[in-house]
Amino acid sequence: MAPVIEIRDLKKYFETPKGLLHAVDGVSMKIEAGQTMGVVGESGCGKSTLGRTIIHLLESTDGQILFEGEDVTRVKGKDLRRVRENMQLIFQDPYSSLNPRMTVTETIQEPLYLSGRYKRGELAKETDRLMDLVGVEKRLRNAYPHELDGGRRQRVGIGRAIALNPKFVVCDEPVSALDVSIQAQVLNLLQDLQAEKGLTYMFVTHDLSVVKHISNNICVMYLGQLVETCASKEMFASPLHPYTKALLSAIPSVDIDHRRKRIVLEGEIVSPVDPKPGCRFAARCPYATEKCQQPQKLEEVSPGHFVACNQVREINHM
Amino acid sequence: MMSTGNNELLSVKNLQVVYTSDGVPIHAVNGVTFSLEKGKTLGLVGETGAGKTSIAKAILGVLPEFSTKSCAGEICFQGTDLLSLKERQMAEMRGRDIAMIFQDPMTALNPVMTVGDQIAEGIRIHNKVGKKKAREMAEAMLEMVGIPAGRYKDYPHQFSGGMKQRVVIAIALSCRPTLLLADEPTTALDVTIQAQVLEMIVKLRDEMGMSMIMITHDLGVVAEVCDYVAVVYAGEVVEYGTLSEIYHNPAHPYTQGLFGALPDISVETERLHSIQGMPPDPSHLPEGCKFAPRCPHATDACRSGEVGLENCGGTHTCRCLRAKEEG
Repeated sequence: MAPVIEIRDLKKYFETPKGLLHAVDGVSMKIEAGQTMGVVGESGCGKSTLGRTIIHLLESTDGQILFEGEDVTRVKGKDLRRVRENMQLIFQDPYSSLNPRMTVTETIQEPLYLSGRYKRGELAKETDRLMDLVGVEKRLRNAYPHELDGGRRQRVGIGRAIALNPKFVVCDEPVSALDVSIQAQVLNLLQDLQAEKGLTYMFVTHDLSVVKHISNNICVMYLGQLVETCASKEMFASPLHPYTKALLSAIPSVDIDHRRKRIVLEGEIVSPVDPKPGCRFAARCPYATEKCQQPQKLEEVSPGHFVACNQVREINHM
Repeated sequence: MMSTGNNELLSVKNLQVVYTSDGVPIHAVNGVTFSLEKGKTLGLVGETGAGKTSIAKAILGVLPEFSTKSCAGEICFQGTDLLSLKERQMAEMRGRDIAMIFQDPMTALNPVMTVGDQIAEGIRIHNKVGKKKAREMAEAMLEMVGIPAGRYKDYPHQFSGGMKQRVVIAIALSCRPTLLLADEPTTALDVTIQAQVLEMIVKLRDEMGMSMIMITHDLGVVAEVCDYVAVVYAGEVVEYGTLSEIYHNPAHPYTQGLFGALPDISVETERLHSIQGMPPDPSHLPEGCKFAPRCPHATDACRSGEVGLENCGGTHTCRCLRAKEEG
């Protein structure tokens, strides 16, 4: 069976007054049915743009997007609508992603109504079923977003996203605006829905502990490019790219008995406008040499473990 | 709470902060008591709306005038009760003895003033020095937080988030305060930048011998920088102790819940243990234990009558009837 989502050398550039901003710059990946692909990186690395480009909220500059083996890169009109029903997005901020003038029912019902699949009588029933599914109490049917707390708002956002039984859902930082105790409730809900409906997720986040918890595979992005990708467990057990190593070591841990040695990176992420060829991480990399001026290619270093670093073998003594 | 008299820098007793919204009283802080020794760091941990920031604002005397109905209790700093001071006296201490790092560096800075002048402003007011001297001192502060002094005349929008937070820190530390209140100083930053900033705060704290109150919802950050921990829920301290007491033996069901809800990269978990329900509405707090409606162990005894902080060995105290029985 073809993977639910496959992208090949996907690019998304934005024109800015200062030049061409390479938000996503040649990213390839496959996501198999029922799996979760975690995409991690810091602000401005292009992880949200990647998610939005895949589901056609943004038009790609170059490259290919395949949905269940079918090329959907340039679909338009009716076809796009069909594709969109199968690809949905859960937004980061439940405070700004819901229409403040629509009630919970109206919000969840809108996609059902627009699809034209439901008769008037069935709409209310289906909406109730969805509210049940995402755990929003029926008494809140006519509540407006401002009457709900963050966790419930996010549940409504999830209800709307899965209303038409999509196959692929991009979760764009779905829990980063929520408190820890509520965050756990929403993560559990997402996992339950995946188990029940066989959903395929792309989970975009900057929170590495969340991504480890929920993903089968992980991609690490830096300035629009993939620097490392492999199975989630492998990534946390043996990160190979210097950026991944630093990223993992930077997470504050609650384990006060086993202090890890932290790699503190110098400097900050540089501008993605008209980047130079060569490794984009080199400016902050503790191992950078002249070799790093050359373009880097994603290379399979060990089975299923891809790294884009010329020096990966030297650094890891392989 | 144990504290040796002469080492005590700050002692907060029965602090109560009530806001008002459309005439309805909002009980943000309900009888918080803790103390802090010189050179130590206390972590105030809790979720949104728990009252952490209100505690810090009460200490600094910057509660919003318009919506604050009352602020009662005692905040004793180096032997002076801050709540009894006149605004003029408090203004002298603010920034000089007690300073605060705010959560969001994007909004904490004045967008139409150069960063250098923002640092120099406090220095001039508190140190009574001239323009030139203040500028030199501000430049030294910039260097200290890792920004070249040449950027003195740059405006906040010319800096990235991490650099802005460094400027905020430079402002807070410019008069070498004795007590630093850090309100979620790294929450708005990326992990690698968070690591840089945390490392720098800890280094400067140790160099200057400051005491610090670290307000955060991130138990990982607390583990990295704090000596003592106070867990705050619905405006009360529900558990207090040393870092090791809280992290090795969390006694309160809420603290236990927080640890369970946290995906930790060093532990394999299939499913997170979420805490059911939501924090209570501070305008309608429940009777008895405020965590009882969400607590898996709650009994009738929890829902009637106040639950006090009980000692459970060492400096460890906990506001829970069950922990008391087991203790």
